[in-house]
Amino acid sequence: MTWTFDDVHEGQELPPFVVENLTRTDLVRYAGASGDFNPIHHDEDFAKAAGNPTVFGHGMLTAGFLAKCLTDAVGVENLRRYKVRFATRVWPGDRITCAGRVVKKYEADGERRIDGEVTATRQTGETAVTGTFTAALPSRG
Amino acid sequence: MAEIDRSLIGQWGPEGRMCIERGKVAEFAKAVKDDNAAFTRSETPPAPPTFLMTLAHWMGSLGETRQGINLDYRRLLHGEQEFEYVRPIRAGDVLTFRSRTKDAYQKEGKRGGTMTFVLGETEFTNQRGEVVAYMRNTLIETADAVKG
Repeated sequence: MTWTFDDVHEGQELPPFVVENLTRTDLVRYAGASGDFNPIHHDEDFAKAAGNPTVFGHGMLTAGFLAKCLTDAVGVENLRRYKVRFATRVWPGDRITCAGRVVKKYEADGERRIDGEVTATRQTGETAVTGTFTAALPSRG
Repeated sequence: MAEIDRSLIGQWGPEGRMCIERGKVAEFAKAVKDDNAAFTRSETPPAPPTFLMTLAHWMGSLGETRQGINLDYRRLLHGEQEFEYVRPIRAGDVLTFRSRTKDAYQKEGKRGGTMTFVLGETEFTNQRGEVVAYMRNTLIETADAVKG
């Protein structure tokens, strides 16, 4: 069930979404789905030659996990704006926790809206991706 | 170091065409581990929030979205990515897109060399002529490697 405007309050948290174990297969699947075939995300030899211990995840893959966490609560077509900033990289074997909260509840342009923030965190506690969003929510009933 | 042609900043590049396909929506949703049934049960599923990244499949080259900038892709960082959703995008839609460089600037890196920041914008219009979304990003070409 997605949220209604009446049911949310400022400070309310999004139900977390956790990717337990990021795999190389996940990176290859995202490369194919998105069309981002930068070899640094799937070619071990290329990644090492560029000075990395192994391949690492596309920033937009993590942003996609965060978007899933977000739209499970607000609904896909209610999203009005979504912006992400990339902080640190994610690696195969990582456990990625997506979470977020409502920051502001208001009315604008004839819509009942919320602004919020989302964060994807590695198992080390490091922030991988931060984001902000605006969504327009339906009224209850 | 990136070269910037100021005369092209703000100018829209060539238009491209992008079909929103049901199978591709399902494939993309699976790739980002989004099990929302909306992406698979409908014949006209909505596009997931970051689906417009699949624009990469429809472009001739990445350079089409970087009007006036010649970047070194070996030193390129993706700083930020923003989506503004104006109207729903659903499978069956045919989108026309065009891109421009909104701004580009350079500054000295802390350890020498020049860093280049590029703010790009892509506009998406549907088959009814309605703007449906804007996608904006900030790319950073890092400073030249320090010698020694």
